[in-house]
This record gives sequence, C-alpha cells and structure tokens, in this order.
Amino acid sequence: MIVIDKIKKCYDDTVILDNITTTIPRGGITSIIGPNGAGKSTLLSIIGRLLKADTGTINVSGLDVVTTKSDILAKQLSILRQENQFNSRLTVEELVGFGRYPYTRGRLTAQDDEKISQSLSFLNLLELRHRYLDELSGGQRQRAYVAMVLCQDTDYVLLDEPLNNLDMKHAVAMMKQLRLAADDLGKTIILVIHDINFASTYSDYILAMKKGALCYQGGPKEIMRADVLQDIFDTPVRIREIDGQLIAMYFR
Amino acid sequence: MKSFNLFISILVLTGLSVTSLFIGVSDVTLSSILSDAEMRYIFIVSRVPRTIALLLAGSALSVAGLIMQILTQNRFIEPSIAGTTQSAGLGLLLVMILAPATVSIFVKMIFASLFALLGTALFMLILRKIILKSALIVPIVGIMLGSVISAITVFLAMYFDLLQSLWAWIYGGDFSGILQGRYELLWLVGLLTLFSYWVADNFTVASMGREFAINVGLNHRKVMTMGLSVIALTTGIVIVVVGLLPFVGLIIPNLISLKMGDNIRKTIPYVCLSGAGLVLLCDMIGRVIIRPYEIPASTILGVIGAIIFLYLLIKQAGYAKH
Amino acid sequence: MQSIKHFITLTERYLTPNRRIMLYGAVALALMAIFMSVKLGNNLQYILLRRSYILLTMVIVAFVAGISTVIFQTVSNNRILTPSLMGIENLFVLIQTVAIFFYSGTTNSFWLFNIIKFAIETSLLVLFSLLLYQWLFKTVNYNINLVLMIGILLGELFRSSSNLLQRLLDPNEFAILQGRIFATFTRATPDLIAFSAIVIILIGLLIWRKRYVYDVLALGRAHAINLGLNYQRHVMTTLLLVSILVAVSTALVGPLTFLGLMVANLAYLLAGSHQHRYLLPTAFLLAMIALIAGQLFLEYGLNMSASLSVVLEFFGGIFFIYLILKRF
Repeated sequence: MIVIDKIKKCYDDTVILDNITTTIPRGGITSIIGPNGAGKSTLLSIIGRLLKADTGTINVSGLDVVTTKSDILAKQLSILRQENQFNSRLTVEELVGFGRYPYTRGRLTAQDDEKISQSLSFLNLLELRHRYLDELSGGQRQRAYVAMVLCQDTDYVLLDEPLNNLDMKHAVAMMKQLRLAADDLGKTIILVIHDINFASTYSDYILAMKKGALCYQGGPKEIMRADVLQDIFDTPVRIREIDGQLIAMYFR
Repeated sequence: MKSFNLFISILVLTGLSVTSLFIGVSDVTLSSILSDAEMRYIFIVSRVPRTIALLLAGSALSVAGLIMQILTQNRFIEPSIAGTTQSAGLGLLLVMILAPATVSIFVKMIFASLFALLGTALFMLILRKIILKSALIVPIVGIMLGSVISAITVFLAMYFDLLQSLWAWIYGGDFSGILQGRYELLWLVGLLTLFSYWVADNFTVASMGREFAINVGLNHRKVMTMGLSVIALTTGIVIVVVGLLPFVGLIIPNLISLKMGDNIRKTIPYVCLSGAGLVLLCDMIGRVIIRPYEIPASTILGVIGAIIFLYLLIKQAGYAKH
Repeated sequence: MQSIKHFITLTERYLTPNRRIMLYGAVALALMAIFMSVKLGNNLQYILLRRSYILLTMVIVAFVAGISTVIFQTVSNNRILTPSLMGIENLFVLIQTVAIFFYSGTTNSFWLFNIIKFAIETSLLVLFSLLLYQWLFKTVNYNINLVLMIGILLGELFRSSSNLLQRLLDPNEFAILQGRIFATFTRATPDLIAFSAIVIILIGLLIWRKRYVYDVLALGRAHAINLGLNYQRHVMTTLLLVSILVAVSTALVGPLTFLGLMVANLAYLLAGSHQHRYLLPTAFLLAMIALIAGQLFLEYGLNMSASLSVVLEFFGGIFFIYLILKRF
C-alpha cells in the first residue's frame, strides 16, 4: 500500500502538485491519467524519490520514501522514467543486469543470471540479449528498460508512459506482460499512461489528475463515464461497451 | 537626447585621453613640457603616440568584433575567439623565422593579415560542418581552434628559440613600447574603422543570410569577403604594432547592444568610443598600479574581459531558463 | 567508417577487456624501459635518477588525467566536460599564486612545510570548486554547452588573474610566467613526488572500491537513485576526489588542458567494456603511453624535451573540435 499524504510541489511560482492525499492499494495495476501538465509524472517521480516534495509525506508499505535509506527502498520499489539517456554503450543483458545491483552491488552470481534470463524472456528479449542498446529500435529499447526494472524484483513498480515508442502489437504485449506480473508475481504496478482505453482495459484502479490536483479515483467503471472524462480532459467523450470493456470514443 | 549621449561619451573619452598623456614613469606635467626639453621630448615621442595608439586599437578592435558578430550571426564571437588573432600571431612568427630583423613592419603586417584571413576562413569552414549550430558551440569551437593555432606558434617558437621574443611581442598586448615612428600603421586601422561605418548597412543585410541579401540585390559573397578582409587587416595590424588584446571586440559590442539595441549605423560610434575608452583605461591602470613598473593592458583586459563575458553568458542563461 | 566499425567488432571478439589491459600495460612497460635505457651517457647514476623522477611524475600525471576525467564524466553524464576544461587546474594555480602573498619571504624548503602548504591549498581548491560548480550547475540548468563555455571562461579568468598577480609580485620575471603556463615534467622534487604518489594511491584505492558504483552512476541520476544509490553523496565525493587529484597533478607539472579529454574518450573506445573496472585502468595506461611515447619522440626525434605540453595542446585541441563536430 502506498500512502500519499498532503503532497505539495511548486517550481518558482507555479504550483505543480497541490495537496495530494490518497492511498494506492497493494496489488494489481493502478493507472494515473490526466491531461498534459496535470502533474502525473511529477507525482510518480516523488513516489519514486527522484524528486523531493515541498511538503507532505509518502509511505510505501510503511517506509517513508524520504527518510528510508535509498538502498533499502531499491529492494521495495523501482521506477522507470520516460527519458533514459546515458553515454555508456551497453548490451541489453548488461542493462537488465543492473536491476540486480541493489542485491549484489555489481558482483553477479549464477542466481542473478537466472533472474536476468527470466526478465529477458518475460519481455521477449532473449534473441536481443547481446545487442547494444543503440542498435535497437525505440520500442525494443523501451522493453529492455522495463525488463531492467522487473529484474529489480521489487513489490512496487512505477512506470512513466511505458507504452511510449511501442506500436500496437508491442503495446498490447507490454500491457499483457504487466498484467501477468501483477497477477502471477503479485507485483503492484503503477503507470502514468496517456491512452485511457489501455487504462480502462488493463487497470484495477485509476487515479485521474487535473491541474495538479487529484480529481477522481476509483475502478474503471467509476472513471470511464462520459461526464467524468469530459471533465478531466475538457473534450467531448462517448463511452461504448465492447466485449465487456468500456471504451472511450473521442476521435470525432 | 541622442546627441547629448554622444557628447557626454566624447567628453569622457577626451578626459581619459588627456589623463593618459600625463600618466607614466616620468613626471610629465603641463609646466614641465613648457620648461623642460627632455620632458617635451618624452611627451611627443612617447605619450602622445601611446595615447593615439590606444584609442585607435581599442576602437578598431571593437568594430572588428562587431562586424564578426554580424557576419557569423553569433553574439559570442570576436577575432581572438575565432582563431583570427592567433593566426595573425602565427603569420608574424613565420616572418620572424624566415626573414629576421631586417624585414619592414609593412611586410610583417601583410603576413599577419594574410594569416588572419586564412585562419578566419578555416574557422568559417569548420562552422559549416556543424549542422546544429547552437549559439555556444560557435565560440567554443573558435576558442579551441585558437588554442590549436597558438600551440603551433609556440611549438615553432620553441624550435627556433624565439619563445621569449614571441611572448613579449605577440602575447604582450603591451603599449609601453609604443613610440613615435612605430605606431603609425595604426592610422590605417582608423581608416578601416571609418570605412566599416560607411558600409555598415551592407553588413547588416548580409547577416540576414544569402537568400535575403540576393533578394534585396546585394552581392552577398562580396560583402562577406569585404567584412572578413577588414577584420583580418585590423587584427593583423594591431597584433604587429601592439600585440594581443583579448575580449575587447566581444564585450564592447555586447554591452552596447544591451543598452542601445542592434541598429548598427546608430551604435557604431558608441562601440568605437567605448572600445577606445576600455583599452585606454586598462592601459592607464597598468601604468599606475605598480609604478615604476608597468603591467600590460592585455593582462588587465584578460581579467576584466573574462568577468564581463561571464556576466553576459550568465545573463543569457537567465533568459534561456524562462 | 563502416570498415572501422567492422574492425572494432572483430577485435572485440578476440580481445577481452582483460587482455586489452594486459596489452596496454605491456606497451606502457616497454616504453618505460626504453625511456630509462636510451642514450645513457657517462654519468649513469645521475641520469637514471633524474629520469626516474621524470618517469614517476609522468605516471602520476597519467593516473590523474585518466582516472579523474573518467569519473568526472561519469557523474556529469557526458563525454566533453573534463576537470581541466572546467578550469579546476587554473583555479589551483590561482590559489597557489595568491598563497605566495601570504608566505612570501619564508622560503622554507623543509618538506613538512611543503606538505602543509599543499594540504591547505588543496583544501581551498576543494572548497572553492565544490561551491563554484554546484552553483554553476544549478544556475544554468544542466545545459552542457553553457556549462562548457562558462567553464572555459572561468579557466581563462583564473589564468589571467594569476598572470596579473604574478606580474604584480614580480614585474620582471618572464621565467615564472612561462613555467606556469606550460606544464613541465622536469621540475618536480623527490619529496613532492613521494607525497603525491601516496595521495594518489590512497585515492586510487577509494575509487577502485567504488568501481561498481560508477557503473551505476553512469546510467544517470534517475537510474542511480532507482537502484538505491545516494546519488548526491556520490557526486559530491567524486568532485572532492577529482579536485584533490587535479591539485596533485597541477602542483607537480602545471595545467594540462586536454590530456584527460583525449585518454578518457580513447578509453571508451578501446577498453572494450563500459565497466569502470576496465575503463579506469585503460584510461590510466593510455595516458601513460601517450606521455612517455610523446616525450621519447620529442626528446630524441626533435631534440625538444620541453615541448610535450604544447604538443598535447595541439592534438588535444584538434581532438576536441573533432568530438564537437561528431556530436552535431
């Protein structure tokens, strides 16, 4: 369970997050949705201790993310941001291997190799394992990063726009894998996601943000309503039920 | 108001110039000039030439910097940040190696200017290779090109055992050696400055790019060549007569542009006056700070110039943030 | 370009990172042997002693250039910025120059005095550089080009300020100036060499213990925090270690602007691995090869033993422009 208590964040005079208080349940997939500039990524970064809030606290299964030592947290939660630029020329396998760092401090054992192979096969990367990251397509690279945080084997996994750069096939495959990770491995997965239909069809719980505030939260049935989405996104939306899934139509 | 500003500027510069005439190791005063033949000699042979040289070099370098900034469309460039000055130094050294002592100052000037032109052309060529020209990459490349050319110069000087004279001569930026008969070439630089003023609008148009220039009926290539020649000649002459004076051509046009905008025809007079004033001031500080010794104007300019340049850069960073 | 890439992938298969280090080490040892044994002349003992001082100086400088640049670039997450290009060397020269004001007259050559003096100057360097560069990175929001430009200018400012101060101290001295502007490998005294060696061995051990940490830091701030590192603390300690290393090298020979940039970038290319347990020794050995080979060539090829730093400046500047052109 992640307890978010009165989180505030400002840059200069602009309020990015305004007094956010909520609880994210343990287990399953929670999606954070909302228009651009709503503060979704900022909130995710603060939960993942990449940013410091001005005021307020966050507890991840009882650990305060600010005061708990970073190396202990690294075994509890992992976070992947959208941008992952660095200069080292790494193979996919080497990158995924970094997921074991919190446990091994860089000295990999046979057991770690096993974990790495599992993560690679989980995201269908086994054939690419010896390829360098800079030789991959954007989508393949994205999958490699996700494999790395899964290899970190934490109860909580935070992903900022994991479907970025993925085509239809790979986006669906990614969401299915995340669903599997939640159902079979018992992980708690929290996503920032733009596509509300993916959020609707794969999430157990949805947080909707607008202008730095949390405006709605609940299961897909409670959020996927025309009036609610219209209020969140300021744009007309119709909801259709297709094969038992609630789908938003907003294209024309 | 406008003419009032100009009037004040001229007045201040005149004040500085007169002060400069009476500062130095020997106690030259108005009365001693009248009474003492030796003092009169010092005054005419050393003080007057030195002050005139300072005024000419300062104003010409500032204008050369301004033209360079216009032609490269980059605010942070000037002859000493584009390899131009360093190339002129290399040319001068080659003359000293090939034809020692006897060669006339005029030949030296030609060589220095020719190398300055080649160095600038090389710089422009490298710039063309950079596709994504961020405003800061241009001066960074220029500085590095300058240090590569300096390294060649110093290496050759070491090889031919000329390091000490090279140091005194090229990297001196020193006006203490200015005497009657050894600075007159600088008048040519003054003429170049006047010429630049006269054709200023052409540079502005050329800076808008080749297509734009052609559209208004300007021969873009010709104007570029003309501008680069003025810069090369100015740099070459100044380095032959007084040596390296860093940063003047950069900070003066930038400061003036901050205050008065970018209408070149309007700002050139102020660029001239301020450039002359800055170099004059640095030289005067150098003359009084550890009397009876002197510190070269360039040494002081190096410190002051770097500080002002940093200020300009950080100010720009402030803009970029928002 | 294509064939070069092909060649690199081919060699990668046969040359494991370990074998590469052995290869570079063998080359460096061979060069050292040549350096010690060429043209010995009559006064054997004197020449051997003198050469071993020069050699030790070069080893220390190579260590500093390679190691400090690699870890600095790792924590600043780029391959252009180096401690030298950020002006740290010139800041140290300025501190040394200012310090002369305070103990002018007390020409104490007692080794303890020299060590205390060095310790004070280094502490000042650490203090100033931490403050300065923290401020710098905060102000300009990690815009690498701007940081680089400001760094170069700060270096220029420190250089011309110490130049001015030295003129004020001693208006007639040309030799001092020259000595400060060009690095020279021949002026270090035995006690300073010994002291420097101890310092860099200690710091080297500290860095070697953190070799896996640097692999993670190279992934950037977000990944490093995600993987449980105290990022801020590691960056600060790295800057601290870098400052001390740079102080050691600058005190020994003077500023060397481009050596670190060249050997670090060559190491990324030639180490055959991104891991710091291979990158760090490779950068060190490559620096050693560059220095000793350069010195041998200049001394016996051109009979110009004093010009090594100038030649480094020449190739380094060209290399830098190449890096910039490649990046855009």
